[in-house]
Amino acid sequence: MTKTIEKMEGLIYLEDGTVFKGRGFGFKGTAVGELVFNTSMTGYQKILTDPSYKGQIINMTYPLIGNYGISRIDNESDKIHAFGLVIKDLCDTPSNSNSVMTMDQWLQEQKIPGVFGVDSRQITKKIRTEGTVKCLISTEGISIAKARELCRQGELRGDWMKEVSTEKKYVLEPMTLKVGEPQMAKECPEAGENRNSGGSLNSDGKSPDKEKPLHVAVLDFGVKANILSCLRQRNCRLTVYPYGTPAEEILAEKPDGIFLTNGPGDPEEATEAIQEVQKLIRMSETPMFGICMGHQILAIALGGKTYKLKYGHRGGNHGVFDKDTKRSYITSQNHGFAVQHESIILKGMEVTHLNLNDGTVEGMEHRDFPIFSVQFHPEASPGPNDNDYLFDKFIRMMKEDGSNA
Amino acid sequence: MPKKSWLNKILIIGSGPIVIGQAAEFDYAGTQACKAIKEEGIETILVNSNPATIMTDKGIADKVYMEPLTEEALAQILEKERPDGILAGFGGQTGLNLAMELESKGVLEQYGTALLGVNRESIRKAEDREEFKRLMQEIGEPIPSSVIATSMEECYEFIEKEGFPVIIRPAYTLGGTGGGIAENREELELLCHKGMENSAIGQILLEKSVAGWKEIEYEVIRDGRDNCIIICSMENLDPVGVHTGDSIVVAPTQTLRDEEYQMLRDSSIKIIRNLEIEGGCNVQFALNPDNGEYIVIEVNPRVSRSSALASKAAGYPIAKIAAKIALGYNLDELSNYVTQTTSACFEPVLDYVVVKFPKWPFDKFRTASRKLGTQMKATGEVMSICRTFESALLKALTSIEIKCDGLHIPFVSGLDDERLMDKLNNCDDERIFCIAEVMRRDLMDVEELYQLLKIDRWFLNKIRNIIDLERTLQQGPLTKELVYEAEARGFTDTDIIALSGVSRDVLQDIRVYNDIYPVYKMVDTCGGEFDAVTPYYYSCYDEEDESVRSPEEKILVIGSGPIRIGQGIEFDYCCVQGVWAIKDLGYEAIIMNNNPETVSTDFDTSDKLYFESLHIDNVMNVIKRERPYGVILQFGGQTSLNLAEKLNSRSINILGTSYKNIDLAEDREKFCELLDQLGIAVPEGVAVTNEEEAFAAVKRLGYPLVVRPSYVIGGRAMQVVYSDIELKRYLKEAVSLSTEHPVLIDQYISGKEIEVDAIADGEDILIPGIMEHVERAGVHSGDSISVYPDYSLSEEVEQTLVDYTKRIAKALEVIGLVNIQYAYDGEKIYVIEVNPRASRTVPILSKVTGVPMVKLAVAAMLGHKLAGSEYGTGLYKRSEEYAVKVPVFSSAKLTDMDIALGPEMKSTGEVLGIDKDLDKALYKGFLGANMDIPTGGNVFVTLRESEQNDYTAEILKDYTEAGFDLYVTDDTIDYVKAHGIAAQPIDYDTAQQWIMNHSTGSDEKLSLVINLPTVANRKENDSFPVRRKAIERGISVMTCMDTARVFLKAIKLKQQDTTLEYKEIV
Repeated sequence: MTKTIEKMEGLIYLEDGTVFKGRGFGFKGTAVGELVFNTSMTGYQKILTDPSYKGQIINMTYPLIGNYGISRIDNESDKIHAFGLVIKDLCDTPSNSNSVMTMDQWLQEQKIPGVFGVDSRQITKKIRTEGTVKCLISTEGISIAKARELCRQGELRGDWMKEVSTEKKYVLEPMTLKVGEPQMAKECPEAGENRNSGGSLNSDGKSPDKEKPLHVAVLDFGVKANILSCLRQRNCRLTVYPYGTPAEEILAEKPDGIFLTNGPGDPEEATEAIQEVQKLIRMSETPMFGICMGHQILAIALGGKTYKLKYGHRGGNHGVFDKDTKRSYITSQNHGFAVQHESIILKGMEVTHLNLNDGTVEGMEHRDFPIFSVQFHPEASPGPNDNDYLFDKFIRMMKEDGSNA
Repeated sequence: MPKKSWLNKILIIGSGPIVIGQAAEFDYAGTQACKAIKEEGIETILVNSNPATIMTDKGIADKVYMEPLTEEALAQILEKERPDGILAGFGGQTGLNLAMELESKGVLEQYGTALLGVNRESIRKAEDREEFKRLMQEIGEPIPSSVIATSMEECYEFIEKEGFPVIIRPAYTLGGTGGGIAENREELELLCHKGMENSAIGQILLEKSVAGWKEIEYEVIRDGRDNCIIICSMENLDPVGVHTGDSIVVAPTQTLRDEEYQMLRDSSIKIIRNLEIEGGCNVQFALNPDNGEYIVIEVNPRVSRSSALASKAAGYPIAKIAAKIALGYNLDELSNYVTQTTSACFEPVLDYVVVKFPKWPFDKFRTASRKLGTQMKATGEVMSICRTFESALLKALTSIEIKCDGLHIPFVSGLDDERLMDKLNNCDDERIFCIAEVMRRDLMDVEELYQLLKIDRWFLNKIRNIIDLERTLQQGPLTKELVYEAEARGFTDTDIIALSGVSRDVLQDIRVYNDIYPVYKMVDTCGGEFDAVTPYYYSCYDEEDESVRSPEEKILVIGSGPIRIGQGIEFDYCCVQGVWAIKDLGYEAIIMNNNPETVSTDFDTSDKLYFESLHIDNVMNVIKRERPYGVILQFGGQTSLNLAEKLNSRSINILGTSYKNIDLAEDREKFCELLDQLGIAVPEGVAVTNEEEAFAAVKRLGYPLVVRPSYVIGGRAMQVVYSDIELKRYLKEAVSLSTEHPVLIDQYISGKEIEVDAIADGEDILIPGIMEHVERAGVHSGDSISVYPDYSLSEEVEQTLVDYTKRIAKALEVIGLVNIQYAYDGEKIYVIEVNPRASRTVPILSKVTGVPMVKLAVAAMLGHKLAGSEYGTGLYKRSEEYAVKVPVFSSAKLTDMDIALGPEMKSTGEVLGIDKDLDKALYKGFLGANMDIPTGGNVFVTLRESEQNDYTAEILKDYTEAGFDLYVTDDTIDYVKAHGIAAQPIDYDTAQQWIMNHSTGSDEKLSLVINLPTVANRKENDSFPVRRKAIERGISVMTCMDTARVFLKAIKLKQQDTTLEYKEIV
């Protein structure tokens, strides 16, 4: 129930003509994007600030959103990247000691329109049966005809990774904090205020600050703050490169490892990045780790193919089987594209992780080179911390590589 | 890894009788486990003494031993059956403790039986306080500072260091028996003593209190390959300090940020891994709302009440999956039962809110303390599902059957401000109504309430929303938008009418005209991400209706709601049987119920499950949606029967006995007239509406008298009175007399009580068996020991009973089940009560006679005649074995409750003892009821005057002859001497002292209490503390000479070291 919220009409218009009417909140405005759903029951702030949602309008399946408000420590980047938010029941009396404002206030501040009071489950089922769809969200009280027109005009882009990547190269020093300890706010400039995911991590027991830090080149396609934290907490010094940075420039700094980040859009449109990654693989044997978009770009760079899933995986509850450990882990997921299984096994890759629900590729590793990647998000945030062992694996690879050299 | 191939035969231990802290959830878990194992082609053997369960029914397990859950019985069964494995994690604390004993004594090893799912080490680490503490410290999980104590000295030492308040928790108990929070030295002493007594190993934990923190629970599953998943997280509305079984619980967590959620998730997984549990586990946390600091409160290394709730809340069958894991499967080898196409190795997501609300027995135990704390007092619970919290909460409130139509009850609304604030401060079962009322009167705002109660502001704000909406409704005008909003937030029509002042017709018009009706959504474990196939629905106000009405002819069964005293699991048994029978007869079976603990609300029991409040509004909405051919009200106890009038007035087809006749059976006056016409006797009685009428009745009928309010369940507020003083007190205190609520005063028939259950088809009846009570009339039938078949009645009496039953059934045009209670004083048979519905004894009789009573009843309701069935008509053939039902009480949990037997029911559960020999069957019954059977020692005896007779003397003499020394109080000593019974004097204080010595080596102690008090339910009665203390220390207490008489038979068998033979039921 929402007493403090200004009365605005809320409209969701799908390109097939389907209309959902509710109440508007947040910013008074209109946006066109790709309508997707996310099944996470917690972590709405992290989801909205994840750059991978650029250009998307998110329908949350959990009906009560805004319960614990908005904090200063739950951002994955400096702003909301999603284009709109759709929910069932908005909470305007949040309760949490970290809360500094309501969802409504935040969306106003960030100029993002939101709609609540709609049958979010019906919307989810529509996406499930018909696939992700172009959609208009408006809180301005526009007519259906106008909505139809604007929706048609609106363009869905596949090259968002170029836009959300950092403009300038920057360097991040390792964190003095150990894995699992909370990070102080504002330590990570790119991410703004951030905090790492708490939890149990199998650190080697060695104090990271006593060793010489590993230098990781991060190719930014729209990185989540917690990915950077996960690396820095493992005593990595990071150089974060803008989209399309030439391989030569990166290798010139002799990194111990190369990391390919997550990001929004269609991986096939990341042509420059694909090219540079190809060069990186050709020119060096530096260990390489990719997550999500990074995983997809890597696959294409190796000669594999990606394809668009009907409605993607977005949430924090899918089980993924790891062929290596013969165990299954619960994963944080956010992707609309996937890597084609057959296309990469011919290119020297081995599929290491499979989604237990639909059998899609969730991870791969090169048979000969220290290259591996996963589709899901081992950095969690939001979602389960089951998979941070993959960061440890990357660290191990870099160390082994260094000692062999 | 798939199934362990060497498993061909598995024994499952049930949880035994229902007690507070261990209820229907274990029938649900055990039934699921049996099914999950059986479908693997493994032979299943079940041992459970509880006859009211579905799991002990034919067709669930391959073999059922309805025998006491004792080490001796299990050892014998193991020897005979030689199972490859034993599953103990599905029988609650009872099953677990028993398995531990068998394992530690080498019994399992001896018979080559492997302990599956849990190992001894993990149970010990999870349940032994010191071990648990050590483990938590080892793995770096925070726990409150605490000390393990086995003596008072250790307790004092801890207090000196940490100060008050402290929590006291006994080791190895269920439902927190004997625990509590001590604020001072006096409370400390009391709770510590009690705790040590209650602990199986005399051990308690004292821990620094974190009362006021958020209480959070996680349900975790782990498999043999170390894969772990969270099934459901839950947040208690009540902060730490109230037992989670007594808390209002919400799923999923509402006020946790992702980081906090994941922090506790990580901790849960770390704990289950380190405990190496293969199966289900529940972890409870306290979370500091100010800084996110947390501590681990407790771990349950098995399926529990919480896991039943989590299973229903998330749609994930924890027990079923846990059973598969025990067989060797890994999570990623199993599929999600709900979607059938995706993996079981995932974490369910909810796209709705679940509220669990406890059902407390305080309406029946007027003297019991209502204060809630660390010791669980609820007997059952309801769950509600909706898409907003407000509606989920309001739905839950209308489900607990306290006659509430909204967030208010008359008692609380009627308090003045001062008393309201007092009550608010005293954390009791009605606190939620106090909070609402305080807000309604603007006595405190959300912040002040938070500071006082530490209930999270989020919940308080949601309650505030409800109060605000009440105001909007009061202010009007009642627009269609406002009606929609109110309905969507869970307001009942009755409440909307009362608040807005419009008539029911007007509201009805607004709803019909604007189509303001709920839609039904599916519980699918995945928030709509995947297609699901389970027919599990809840109502909400939204756009899309997912419940598709099939073209099949359908029948709706109304369930029995929360488990409470007087209406237990037996009615769920009847509902489930009813559903199966309906399916067998080719109809679509739809069930509506709100109890998460039961088999009836398992999503694969019926063709369609509506998890809904049983408020008339909700029932009518489902009927409107499904348009069933008919509705069955006979199986859900008084809960469903109470809907008869309302459904009848709305022209709904009630299957079986008509509303007119249900009403006739329940209307005392009309019913007596009818029996009069039939020439059948009833105890003389009269309904009175004031004191004068009452005393006029006394003149005519004479004492003793049975008094009770009209229309009651389980003899609520019923009493036998022996004098004017008692009657006066009853009328003043127990009931509020009025013309609307008359009190019934009946002549008390001192004689045998007999219970007859029958199936009637309108022409014929079938009586599967006659049950005879051990205790004479006056003790509630639910609390008396009863025996099938009758053991002392002549054939003539039997024939008369059959004849009467037939005539009554015919006169009431009973179609389906009927239960009749008779009293026989040696000359004449009286009818005491007729219940035109299923009864407590239906599952017992069905099982021991093999007559499928519910199935026949459903057939009768659908027009089939008994004459054509293989079971025939009239009195069914007598079994060769005796089955003795022994009631089980949860008295130790309800402090200040009087345990003396009377016409008001007090037991929470029952066990069955079966044997060819009646005495042995009794012995098994007492063993199954876990009563302490002494073979010698001192017996404390005090008797009310009316019991000081020759019959009593005979029994007391038998006790002395059996080697017991009697100690009697001064009001009884003359009588004892006069009858030449050897006895020594004792006073109440000494008796209490002797009880306290119970577990010491002293000779000055008691092994049995025979106490027939003057008036039950009165705390100030001299003997009350003796009874209470004895019960709390596990000493058997006899409050009826008939019980004492048969108890001696068990004692003698035990004295003779009789070996019992444990057999499967056929």
